[in-house]
Amino acid sequence: MNVRRPYVRRMEPGWWWKNAFLLRYMIREMTSLLVAVYAFVLLAGVFALSRGDAAYRQWLDVMANPWSVAFHGLLLAVFLYHSWSWFEIMPKTLPQIRLGGRRLPAAAITWGGLAATVACCGILLGGTLWLTR
Amino acid sequence: MAHPVKRSNAPVFWLLFGAGGMLAALLGPMLVLITGIAAPLGWVLPPDALSYDNMLAFSRNIPGKLFIFAVVTLFVWHAAHRIYHTLHDLGIRRNRLSMGFCYGISLAATLLAGYALVIIGF
Repeated sequence: MNVRRPYVRRMEPGWWWKNAFLLRYMIREMTSLLVAVYAFVLLAGVFALSRGDAAYRQWLDVMANPWSVAFHGLLLAVFLYHSWSWFEIMPKTLPQIRLGGRRLPAAAITWGGLAATVACCGILLGGTLWLTR
Repeated sequence: MAHPVKRSNAPVFWLLFGAGGMLAALLGPMLVLITGIAAPLGWVLPPDALSYDNMLAFSRNIPGKLFIFAVVTLFVWHAAHRIYHTLHDLGIRRNRLSMGFCYGISLAATLLAGYALVIIGF
């Protein structure tokens, strides 16, 4: 038997609902659910691709359904929020970066990261256009 | 006798979480826009952008295969780690069951993606 009986603080459900900071925290963490959903959408596509032309065509049909396109509009908003929040908290998740003896300002990390997102998305679009030209 | 050092498995999961989150932050919006909106509607991209022949060729190419594998698996591991810890914050305390649930699904998705990409061929 464990002699230690650690104190476990009571948790009221919905504790994160009452405070704007905690609510933002929870929304940020919840974006991961939709990141997972999108990964499974892609996984279904890859699996269909491995099953052959007919199976893959079915996946393409589902993707072209207006409900699917609308859902991807929601996913797009969630992913944009993920990008924003990821780099917003990056100054706190990275070890301190010092340049010339001064701490790199948080805004530089956040905006640098967002600039990298714009660049990577541009490269991805350019690469896709080039490959499908 | 020296005791073996008991190592934590946390850094491995944290690394996968970080890699997936970074990949999603850098490429996620454009990936969703291309696969879910632009290609199905025929915007900007040619109508056969995601056609069977195109995607088969892309996924038979080693860099293409690795790209698909990285996106699918890292997104899943990112989400699993975040959900595992968020469940804790919601009152489902971290234990073997919630860990097995979150990371188990990720492992299954990883194996399935690997299997599909291997049988697609090279």
